[in-house]
Amino acid sequence: MADRERILQAVYRAVDELNKQLPKGVAVNKSPDAVLYGKTGKLESIDVVTLIMEVEDQIKAEFGTSITIADDRAMSRENSPFLTVGSLSDYVAELLN
Amino acid sequence: MSQPREQVIVITGARKGIGRFLAEHYLGNGHHVAGCSRKDSDLSHDRYTHYCLDVADETAAQQMFSDIAEKQGRLDVLVNNAGIASMNHVLLTSTSKAKEIMETNFIGTFVMCREAARLMKKNRFGRIVNLASVATPLKLEGEAVYAASKAAVISFTQVVAKELAAFGITVNAVGPTPIETDLIKSVPKEKLDQLIGLQAIKRTGTFSDVANVVDFLIRPESEFITGQVIFLGGV
Repeated sequence: MADRERILQAVYRAVDELNKQLPKGVAVNKSPDAVLYGKTGKLESIDVVTLIMEVEDQIKAEFGTSITIADDRAMSRENSPFLTVGSLSDYVAELLN
Repeated sequence: MSQPREQVIVITGARKGIGRFLAEHYLGNGHHVAGCSRKDSDLSHDRYTHYCLDVADETAAQQMFSDIAEKQGRLDVLVNNAGIASMNHVLLTSTSKAKEIMETNFIGTFVMCREAARLMKKNRFGRIVNLASVATPLKLEGEAVYAASKAAVISFTQVVAKELAAFGITVNAVGPTPIETDLIKSVPKEKLDQLIGLQAIKRTGTFSDVANVVDFLIRPESEFITGQVIFLGGV
């Protein structure tokens, strides 16, 4: 499996973990287009914290590498990496490379 | 969430002093204790595991919590006790000593809190108790860096309490008065007497005084108490 696909699957597993903790009726779809944060996002900021933490854990389990997703670089981008599942996966790929 | 009677407790700086006392205290109460310190411990008990590490070493801390997750499956309590002090006039304090104190007392507390909370969060239950000191509110001369490092611990405790509340984790601090430990062995007697004179209750503290507050803060029933700093001795 290409790294890109492995990353996406790891992010999906993190989404599964997040969804278990969300209130009934609120869930993030496992799709690159699924919106996480921003005007149309359904998640509270604390849910994004949980998701990022789960993604870090899943990436460590999958690749054996510790990454810190929410650093100054991520925060200062014009296009936030936390807008969608796809943009988050892209950013993780950047960090791993 | 109801908790099992036997809790999984991490105590930093568990080789001696307050940490050692707390480790034995909670083992005596039937809990599982993981202790850590830079040097090895001679504490031997079937429910005790010791990890040799520096609390500010995040890789070592992550390994310890991974091991606890694997063996115990959860973490209920963290007591951030590890701390160092160095009494000296600010004009005579080296930058390297100041950094060393901040590393152990503040960065160590930060790293341990973060890693513990990541594990506690999975169970939506956690109790974190940080060790502050009366050196901060008493503004003790000769302890500028130590008092500042503990002031950082207090601010950190109060803010992190808010950030972790949503995960069922409480974060509080206990601020002991001088206790007969290695930490104060180099402090002159007249200085200690002067310090104790500033307390409402004029005696040195005991390990039991600290354990009493920690016992209270980590009880499952204390779920509505967070971001608090309890100073001993009426300071």
